[in-house]
Amino acid sequence: MTVHNIYIFDRMGTLLYYQDWNRLKNSGMTKEEEAKLMYGMLFSLKSFVNKISPTDPKEGFLYYKTSKYTLHFLETPSGLKFVLNTDNHSQGVRDFLQQIYKEIFVEYVVKNPLCNLNEPIQSELFKTKLDAYVKQSSVFLTKSM
Amino acid sequence: MVIYCIYIVSKSGGLIFNYDHNVPKVENERKFTYPLDIRLNYENKKVSVHFGQRDGINVGHVLTAVNGMPVTGRQLDDGRDAKDVLESKESYPLTLKFSRPKMTTNEKIFLASMFYPLFAIASQLSPEPKCSGIEVLKGDTFKLHCFQTLTGVKIMTVVDRNQIGAEVFLKRVYELYADYALKNPFYSLEMPIRCELFDTNLKAMLEQIDKSGIASI
Repeated sequence: MTVHNIYIFDRMGTLLYYQDWNRLKNSGMTKEEEAKLMYGMLFSLKSFVNKISPTDPKEGFLYYKTSKYTLHFLETPSGLKFVLNTDNHSQGVRDFLQQIYKEIFVEYVVKNPLCNLNEPIQSELFKTKLDAYVKQSSVFLTKSM
Repeated sequence: MVIYCIYIVSKSGGLIFNYDHNVPKVENERKFTYPLDIRLNYENKKVSVHFGQRDGINVGHVLTAVNGMPVTGRQLDDGRDAKDVLESKESYPLTLKFSRPKMTTNEKIFLASMFYPLFAIASQLSPEPKCSGIEVLKGDTFKLHCFQTLTGVKIMTVVDRNQIGAEVFLKRVYELYADYALKNPFYSLEMPIRCELFDTNLKAMLEQIDKSGIASI
């Protein structure tokens, strides 16, 4: 089990934060372009899921799976979007994303008056805390283990 | 086994087959007094709920009947405009029926071609090399399984969110496609599938699954 990378977007589509851990392939474009592509895809996915759903959706899109990785998606009511790419065997990633929001994002970004909420996160504290939190989680175990 | 819909998309992204198996109908009727306690929107030739969910009438539902009289778009069947009726105080109390909008064939074609780039971007944004496109897409009310054949045809099915074994089912649909659509001399590639044998065999298989589960096929 392993975590590949994380994206955090605000409700306007600005990439607030990106970090990767075990990324073996780059998409061949700059980070800004990739973030735009990712946000565009999520936006379309959300509308696609709402339309194709047979009954009324509440949370809408949860995850998608390909042959090599799974993309987990969490959107807060305020429009913040958390995207985590893991391998296909990870369990309970949605709860984990919720924990990241609650224990890392709210604690070290929202409660930090120097962090502007519409701009990419510069805080070193957030960075180290998130890194440590992901690395000690059950979802994160490198493939060699 | 709960299968909601089956779609087949050609390699250029066009919808060539779709079948609705058992899509649940979401409908609610309620008596309203003046003024309305929900907010309606008159957009896109439809009257839809904009704000104020209650009694099963949710945001996004469209008005389908007023006092039992069907509404087509914004017009009542007797020629009156639904908006005028809803805004005049004299017509109350009114019995309004709302339902979740049903997808038209046009919208299905639109959605099928929308899935195509999503599938491609998912493999492009992959953190691992040699990755396929979307195989399973999960929402909170359903699961979509997609099986891409070697020739690029995508066979998709929307099933219940807890349903397992949809991969086997898709392979079986592919077999039927190969047997009854591709071997039909009157079927040309990339065109919508209008083959009677394919339809009847698919329906027979779905019936079989409904009766005795996915393991039986």
